[in-house]
Amino acid sequence: MPKALPAGMLPEVLKEDDRPKWDNKFQYILSCIGFAVGLGNVWRFPYLCQIYGGGAFLIPYFIALIFEGIPLLHLELAIGQYLRRGSVGIWSTISPYLGGVGIASMVVSFVVGLYYNTILCWVLWYFFNSFQDPLPWSTCPLNENRTGLIEECRASTPVNYFWYRRTLNVTTDITESGTTQWWLVLCLAAAWAVVYLCTIRGIETTGKAIYVTAFFPYLVLTVFLIRGLTLPGAVDGLVYLFTPNLNILKNPRVWLDAATQIFFSLSLAFGGLIAFASYNPPKNDCEKDAVTVAVVNSITSLYASIPIFAVLGFKATTSYWDCLDRNIISIINAFDLPEQSILRDNYTTWFESLNSEYPDRIASLKLKRCNLQEFLDQSASGTGLAFIVFTEAIILMPGSQVWAILFFVMLFSLGLSSMFGNIEGVFTPLMELNLIPKSVPKEAISGVICLISFASALCFTLRSGSYWLHVFDSYAGSLPLLIISFFEVTAVAYVYGIKRFSDNIKWMTGRQPNLYWQVMWKIISPLLMLTVFLAFVSIQVQKQPTYGAWNPEYEEKLYPGWVVAICALLAALPSICIPAVALYHLIKRVGLGGQVLETI
Amino acid sequence: MQGFLLLAFSLVTTAHAEFCRPDAQNAFKVRLSLKTALGDNAYAWDASEEYLFKAMVAFAMRRYSSQKTTQISNVLLCNVTDRVSFWFVVTDSSKNATTVPRGEVEAAIRMTRNRINNAFLLNDRTMQFLKISSTLSPPTEPSVPIWLVVFGVVFCLIVAGIIFLIVSGIQQRKKNNKEPAETENLEEKCEATVTIENGMPCDMLNLKTGQINGGYAADDERFTPL
Repeated sequence: MPKALPAGMLPEVLKEDDRPKWDNKFQYILSCIGFAVGLGNVWRFPYLCQIYGGGAFLIPYFIALIFEGIPLLHLELAIGQYLRRGSVGIWSTISPYLGGVGIASMVVSFVVGLYYNTILCWVLWYFFNSFQDPLPWSTCPLNENRTGLIEECRASTPVNYFWYRRTLNVTTDITESGTTQWWLVLCLAAAWAVVYLCTIRGIETTGKAIYVTAFFPYLVLTVFLIRGLTLPGAVDGLVYLFTPNLNILKNPRVWLDAATQIFFSLSLAFGGLIAFASYNPPKNDCEKDAVTVAVVNSITSLYASIPIFAVLGFKATTSYWDCLDRNIISIINAFDLPEQSILRDNYTTWFESLNSEYPDRIASLKLKRCNLQEFLDQSASGTGLAFIVFTEAIILMPGSQVWAILFFVMLFSLGLSSMFGNIEGVFTPLMELNLIPKSVPKEAISGVICLISFASALCFTLRSGSYWLHVFDSYAGSLPLLIISFFEVTAVAYVYGIKRFSDNIKWMTGRQPNLYWQVMWKIISPLLMLTVFLAFVSIQVQKQPTYGAWNPEYEEKLYPGWVVAICALLAALPSICIPAVALYHLIKRVGLGGQVLETI
Repeated sequence: MQGFLLLAFSLVTTAHAEFCRPDAQNAFKVRLSLKTALGDNAYAWDASEEYLFKAMVAFAMRRYSSQKTTQISNVLLCNVTDRVSFWFVVTDSSKNATTVPRGEVEAAIRMTRNRINNAFLLNDRTMQFLKISSTLSPPTEPSVPIWLVVFGVVFCLIVAGIIFLIVSGIQQRKKNNKEPAETENLEEKCEATVTIENGMPCDMLNLKTGQINGGYAADDERFTPL
């Protein structure tokens, strides 16, 4: 293991030729932005804005950005750029006892890559199905004797049926695994093949691919923005999204969610950003880079929420009109009134007058209450937003195939650029562990990584796969990252030393980091990470973990005991690496010390 | 004579009222949505349209069982509302004072439903025969699902790209292996002539890069400017 660096000594410059380099600075910035900007910007941030009082959520969001996001990002980029190693090398260099932090990052990157690419496999499945007219999720299929629609689909909606039955073929319980779904296996193979194609030679190939995958989402978002704003009801959606409700700020949950959103959105603690920065020339302004990446990430979140909510507003308005129209038809048919005598505008007056005259007949019609606010309140995040709510909105737009194709290609590029960072977070540390002989070509290593990941991810193609994905997302992709980040910032601030770190940054950028950075790294960020971690854990343990099963209605079920054990294992396994490696080194040192004593 | 005519007329009207009324036996309700289907081109529902309807139903009955000689006068309409909706029933011409059973009428209408719809420029949704289910059209399923075709195209492109990159990588490595082999031969000849000073070859000391002792070069300000 390399010794800790003495003060003032520069890293070895001789090995510069071996290490891959970015073609230009722009590639590096785009890769960092692409890694940070992912699916969460599109389907988690707008949802949080909606449930946490609209515009008011921006206050805790930006406070978290300033106190937590930017300092941690700068720290990772600076340390990676200076020490010029991946996550395992960096923390081992700072102190061999901290080598476990790098290994934990690698494990988390691998596990998150597994389920993240499964989501991309679902996106691909929808993309392949978008080339049909009409879209397969727009109508219910006919049943076997062609007298009506399939019962499960009629009880629910065609969009729900397509997602839960035709895509996932989901079981009603996480304990019922079922078999692997062949169509998902094919799409998963395609997804991993694309990832392999792009990461085959490390940053040499991802650097070229990132030009497309980083720019394309912005292009599509702009197109959707223009289309969305011209749809009826879009303004209702936007007003609903951004109307601030400042009372919500009294709820501590809002602050916690803002902090975790910033943290996970910037893809910190994966080791991918450290790896990206390590391929930079040493004299590079990492401070400007960090601020740029963080600000672009937040602006992208805001920019993405506008078309999303315009389209959701359109969907709510259309559903509201449909509800009114159905009621109107019922009344017209029951009372044999002429067509178009009741319009949407005078529905309420007609309803009231008829209700007062013939309350029994009106009651027998079983009319639904139509309330626009209720439709707007139907919020969704994550896969629910992309595959259920948004696809339903797309069917209502003219030219649905084009919009569907654009939307799913956008989701795929967003996810793919994040996958580059995940794979880099596995690839670079793996090379540093010296487990693989140098003669093995990079193509083979990345191929093996993709193959093992594909084989492991087959568990998500089971019928209960989506439940397991939710488990992985909630436990493997959240808690360990908070722990790793806390250790990262304390390692740099207290083990490596802020003075030495500031001198390193001065050597790289030409100026000493100012008081803001010093205060953040030394005091605020570690404290904030600890607080967030404790709050997160306390909320998780307060209630029994549940999941939403489909049968075909949502049903909240408790996880059985063995699943809870797996959740705990997923959260603990990467974190255990940290003390395990420290213990290993301690034992080795004590062992060596014992040997030295024996020789004397 | 007049009395006889009056009696016949009253009999016919009572028969009419007896057979055709809402929820009568073997009677069906029809509901039309002309404005929804045709918008501004919607025609008004008048006696001529009713005549056409009776003709179509009679036609359907004739088509269904060719022995039956159903006349237009056998089809009775009643209770026409503004909606536009009405009830109709088909009387049996061979047997007096009976109506054709429900099942037969239903089967006849189902068989010629398309023709009836087209006569009025409507479809199954805008011309509803309540309690007569329509045969839903079979979906056109291609032999190979479309998504599989798209998947095949995309996957083949990806595999082609991967193979291309791997092959070019192998070629690049072969080229690199040849060059170091040539430079190695040169180095073997020069090894004997390299002078060593303090453990480092002299050539290295002349290079601009190399080991810099940070303890001395870090602070330019320590040296007083000239």
